[in-house]
Amino acid sequence: MKPASLAALHSTDDAKLVREIVTPEGIPLRFTLARAGDRAAAFALDTLLQVIVLVVISWGLSLAAGGGGSWLTAVIVVLAFLLVNFYFAFFEVRWQGATPGKRRIGIRVIDARGGQLETSAVLARNLIRELEVWTPLRFLLASSVVWPEAPGWARLCAGGWAFAFLFMPVFNKDRLRVGDMIAGTRVVMQPKVVLVPDLAEEAAAAPIYAPAGGKPAAAYVFSDAQLGIYGIYELQVLERVLRTNPGDASHAEAVRTVSEKVRQKIRYDAKVVDDERFLREFYAAQRAHLEQKMLFGQRREDKFSK
Amino acid sequence: MQAGKIAAPRQMRSVEFRKEREATWQALEELIATADKHGLRTLGAEQLARLPHLYRATLSSLSVARSISLDRALIDYLENLVGRAYFVVYGTRQHLRRQLSEFFLWRLPSTIRAAKWHILVSAVVTLAAAIAAFQLTWADMDYYYAFAGDMAQGRTPAASTAELREGLYHIESGSGGLATFAASLFSHNARIGILAFATGFVAGLPTLFLLFYNGLVLGAFAALFHARGLGVDLWAWMLPHGVTELTAVVLCGAAGFQLAHGLVFPGARTRMDSLREHGRSAAVIVIGSVCMLFVAGMIEGVFRQTVTSVPIRFTVAGATAAWWIAYFGFVGRSRDRKNAEDREVARHGPPRRGSVGELAPQMSGAMEVAR
Repeated sequence: MKPASLAALHSTDDAKLVREIVTPEGIPLRFTLARAGDRAAAFALDTLLQVIVLVVISWGLSLAAGGGGSWLTAVIVVLAFLLVNFYFAFFEVRWQGATPGKRRIGIRVIDARGGQLETSAVLARNLIRELEVWTPLRFLLASSVVWPEAPGWARLCAGGWAFAFLFMPVFNKDRLRVGDMIAGTRVVMQPKVVLVPDLAEEAAAAPIYAPAGGKPAAAYVFSDAQLGIYGIYELQVLERVLRTNPGDASHAEAVRTVSEKVRQKIRYDAKVVDDERFLREFYAAQRAHLEQKMLFGQRREDKFSK
Repeated sequence: MQAGKIAAPRQMRSVEFRKEREATWQALEELIATADKHGLRTLGAEQLARLPHLYRATLSSLSVARSISLDRALIDYLENLVGRAYFVVYGTRQHLRRQLSEFFLWRLPSTIRAAKWHILVSAVVTLAAAIAAFQLTWADMDYYYAFAGDMAQGRTPAASTAELREGLYHIESGSGGLATFAASLFSHNARIGILAFATGFVAGLPTLFLLFYNGLVLGAFAALFHARGLGVDLWAWMLPHGVTELTAVVLCGAAGFQLAHGLVFPGARTRMDSLREHGRSAAVIVIGSVCMLFVAGMIEGVFRQTVTSVPIRFTVAGATAAWWIAYFGFVGRSRDRKNAEDREVARHGPPRRGSVGELAPQMSGAMEVAR
């Protein structure tokens, strides 16, 4: 088996995007920075919501006031200003770094040093949107109003400006937009993770994937030598394979491939009827083995370590 | 059948561990879900009291799991849960009303006092531009068009003195139009102010330009009216809202300069640390300015268009000036002094360690609230 073959199945988290903060209790917590696409999607959702709210408010107000009156216009003008400039800040303060769009996508703003997310930081990162988004946008879309005889080079400059700020997060390693730099904040992924059943315990219980009609397969037994080949990395790749799309055709395919490779590698010669069952049993045995070693202070990171 | 020893027994420590602690994690997860969905305030006193304990127990579970378990899914779950709980436990739990009162009674005036040099630069730029424009326009009225351009709504050297005078004492009939006028003035000015702050990120050059341009318009305007002998009438017309509005614009410029300062001259700190600190205090100043611009918009849109008496106009202008001086000069000073003393004590007392020292009081605060 080539060294990379198991790793190829591993859908890797980008290790470059993981940041650590240390809690006051002294325990490091790891956060993964949000991807550009997720942030763009959250921003689009929030903008959509702003527009909807504004339309509903103006419509409701004009209905309530019986179709007009400039007090109404005044209220709408002020509301629109507040909505555009303080929508993000309001939610990020109230919801600890999330807005409706961010929550939906599963990302949130945190303080770069792991402290409390201060109100001033939230304000700073959001006031900058005027520079990053609204001004260039206004210029690009409504240049006939802002500056009627704008020459071509001015439009080009505005386009370049918008482009530079829009893609700023892609050009630095912490995925910071200008607002994040000014406020000292980061945007991280925080999807809700549910607690899934333990694979090792499932393997010990009755077989879930018993071959249809056939007798339940005999328990597989592994020797210490066979369990001494793989390390923690391979164990967790195997865990991922077993957990990905269970019951799917692609799952069955992956399980068959991996099972074959594992049997080859550890020289497991006995007949295997059910690959799924075999891999689960192997997983449980391998984990028990590695955890046992870990208790005695021996962490075997991967198959290349001693 | 394979030869050799049979592997370790199935019942692993990590499986046992999970069985023992799972209930705690689920309890925490439920609390967090409620807090996320309906806000922390919907938690009862008893639930709030359990939160820090559940959080700490789960945190310790994470620590144990990292050392004894190789179940990636379990560790991921615990990391995620602790991460979410972390923000709930250490998040701000002050009531909005208290946050607001702290902002206006201490943070804002104190931040503005601390930014005095940036404010001075900003004010000097505006004033210099105004004086220069006044001198030039006074000598040659054609300069007026260069400085004030076409944004003066017909108030140009081409207008007769009577027309100019009429513009200063014009009374708007009907109240509805005024409100719209005031609202659009506010939103326009506030946007310019926010932009003056934000462009500080481009080394402050656009900020400088905005302030300078603002000064030029002011100077040219003043020169035109003084040349026609309408000086007193002009200031009576402008200052009631102008005191507040010009101060707000100068403050926004100062916020932009502060940002530029943090970016260009970080001093002994890293550029990021310096930006972070300057950016936050600049944001506080901008929020203060936006509030001021709202007040100015109300005065300009409503008061100025309905009151034409020169003495009353000057009285209002003087009152607003006195109010802002008193507010920015004195509100929250006692707390400034107390903080300075605390810092002094901290410097000579036991050394504090990084974020742990900073966050520890908040945690105890959270526990107190919980009790």
